[in-house]
Amino acid sequence: MFALVHLVPGDPVRLALGTRFSQESYDALRERSGLDQPLLEQFFGWAGRALSGDLGVSFRSGETVTSQIAERLPATLTLALASILVALVIAIPLGTISALRPRSIIDRIATVISQFGISVPDFWMGIVLILVFAGTLGWLPSGGYVPISEDPGAWLQRLLMPALVTGVVSGSVITRFVRSSVLEALGSDHVRTAQAKGLPTRQVFTWHVLRNALLPLVTVTGVQLAYLLSGVVVVEIVFSWPGLGQLALQAVQARDYPVLQGAILLFALVFLVINLVVDLLYTAIDPRIRR
Amino acid sequence: MSGQVLEVEDLRVRLRTPRGPADVVNGLSYTVGPGETVAVVGESGSGKSVSVLALLGLLPARVATVTGRAVLQGEDLLTMKPERLRQVRGPGAGMVFQDPMTSLNPVLTVGRQLVEGIRAHGDVSKAAARRRAADLLGEVGLPDPERALDRYPHELSGGMRQRVVIAIALSNSPALLIADEATTALDVTVQAQIIDLIEGLQADRGTGVIWITHDLGVVAGIADRVLVMYGGRCVEDGTVDDVLERPAHPYTRGLLGALPDLAQPAVDGVVPDLATVPGTPPAPTDLPEGCVFWPRCPVRGDARCEHEQPPLVQIGSGPGLPHRAATWCTEEAP
Repeated sequence: MFALVHLVPGDPVRLALGTRFSQESYDALRERSGLDQPLLEQFFGWAGRALSGDLGVSFRSGETVTSQIAERLPATLTLALASILVALVIAIPLGTISALRPRSIIDRIATVISQFGISVPDFWMGIVLILVFAGTLGWLPSGGYVPISEDPGAWLQRLLMPALVTGVVSGSVITRFVRSSVLEALGSDHVRTAQAKGLPTRQVFTWHVLRNALLPLVTVTGVQLAYLLSGVVVVEIVFSWPGLGQLALQAVQARDYPVLQGAILLFALVFLVINLVVDLLYTAIDPRIRR
Repeated sequence: MSGQVLEVEDLRVRLRTPRGPADVVNGLSYTVGPGETVAVVGESGSGKSVSVLALLGLLPARVATVTGRAVLQGEDLLTMKPERLRQVRGPGAGMVFQDPMTSLNPVLTVGRQLVEGIRAHGDVSKAAARRRAADLLGEVGLPDPERALDRYPHELSGGMRQRVVIAIALSNSPALLIADEATTALDVTVQAQIIDLIEGLQADRGTGVIWITHDLGVVAGIADRVLVMYGGRCVEDGTVDDVLERPAHPYTRGLLGALPDLAQPAVDGVVPDLATVPGTPPAPTDLPEGCVFWPRCPVRGDARCEHEQPPLVQIGSGPGLPHRAATWCTEEAP
């Protein structure tokens, strides 16, 4: 990853200094940022400092990378959690209903909706939403971010559209999983046992179908959450959402190595942590995995 | 009420399949008395399992059409409202399924699965239901029932799991117990234990039992009466002695001939020393026009075989329960 970042053509020092600069100031900045050293040394130096929590200083702004990430984190967390909420609110009922009535009209409609959500590009959906709700109707602002602590109303207004776009995309994927896992659980023998002992339908459904369909749902939700947390770049750009995806994109454009490396490190950590949490959830949900 | 636990009359099940309608059960009639064990035998695909699942409304309504009458303790199961049917499942009829590896929910404890069944049919406190669950596990011979309550199915062996399934089926003291291939997935020694267990419980409680199996050895050991199914029909029924020792239908003889240790030698020469019943059962989407067994029948001794389904008629004139068979080729048993 480190090598890849450095392999990208373009000189960060040149970009940072602008169009007119002297060879001396160029060399000085190059030395100050450590870019004159061999790549391997740069890597170990960076990795060593990263372990102690020091991700370096941005070439562009001169701020520390950690402070830049910390600044962007709330926006990304807000959007990711809101999106996953939207996704689950769509996916669980829709997937369950289609599984209960396979090949019915409702199932077909749900399939079309989720196919639509999977295949339609998110930026297009975002632009259409902006045109309709911010443009024509004028109900919502077209983008931006306001922390909830400042103005909850404005926060919600600005969160609504981006969360809907990413939520619909993730929700479409999750719907498919919910449908197939509920369908599988419905067909299992123990559901028949539960019916045969005369349990009320709702109890059969909650404890013998949904409960067992939960495991695949947790897996796919974890994957989707990790994806959302690593910054949905395109949607963040469309809605001028100041999240990590935007930060990473800007860092790429400026060849701001420390920021980019910091962001990538964070994304990797997010994946690791979410996978760990999913695994831990497994053991809580499925007794067969304990021990 | 006629003193029978269950009276089934002209039960028919039609399933919607991608290859057209399948007549899986075609006019099945039988009764089960209190304390009586009726064995239903037949090959895979003969409609045995479907016929009992249909009784309790356990076939998916989207694909199954069930007609006929099935009176359990004076009430017709097939015309019952869904809520009443739910109340009957459990106290009216309990069911033990074929595969103990899959018929318990893997993510709930054994105790929970027992307790929810008990509490679905009465205002019982959790603690009382748990005590009852532990008693039941003891009754079905699970060692250390208190601890077993907190175990998950995967922590138990196949035989132990089947005991749990039986405990669940018995938890509401049903008038009728349906065992659908309950011992097929178990090894022979465990099979014998489970059979002993059910026979013992039946003797204590006077439960009527429908025992579905394709194992004639099991039938000989436990059944009072036998019903032989083929192509969704009853082709022969009668007492165990009548059916196993004086089989009248060529199919029954074929089945028995496939069991050399149990079968009587084929005395009359109609069925030679047969190791198998050649061919496969008919597809329920494409039943033969005449006698269902005709395409595989080694006898075919009558002109009507090919064109007309023989009715189930009484044969012989022995005392007690009638011995009936549906074949044109009946020969008097020796």
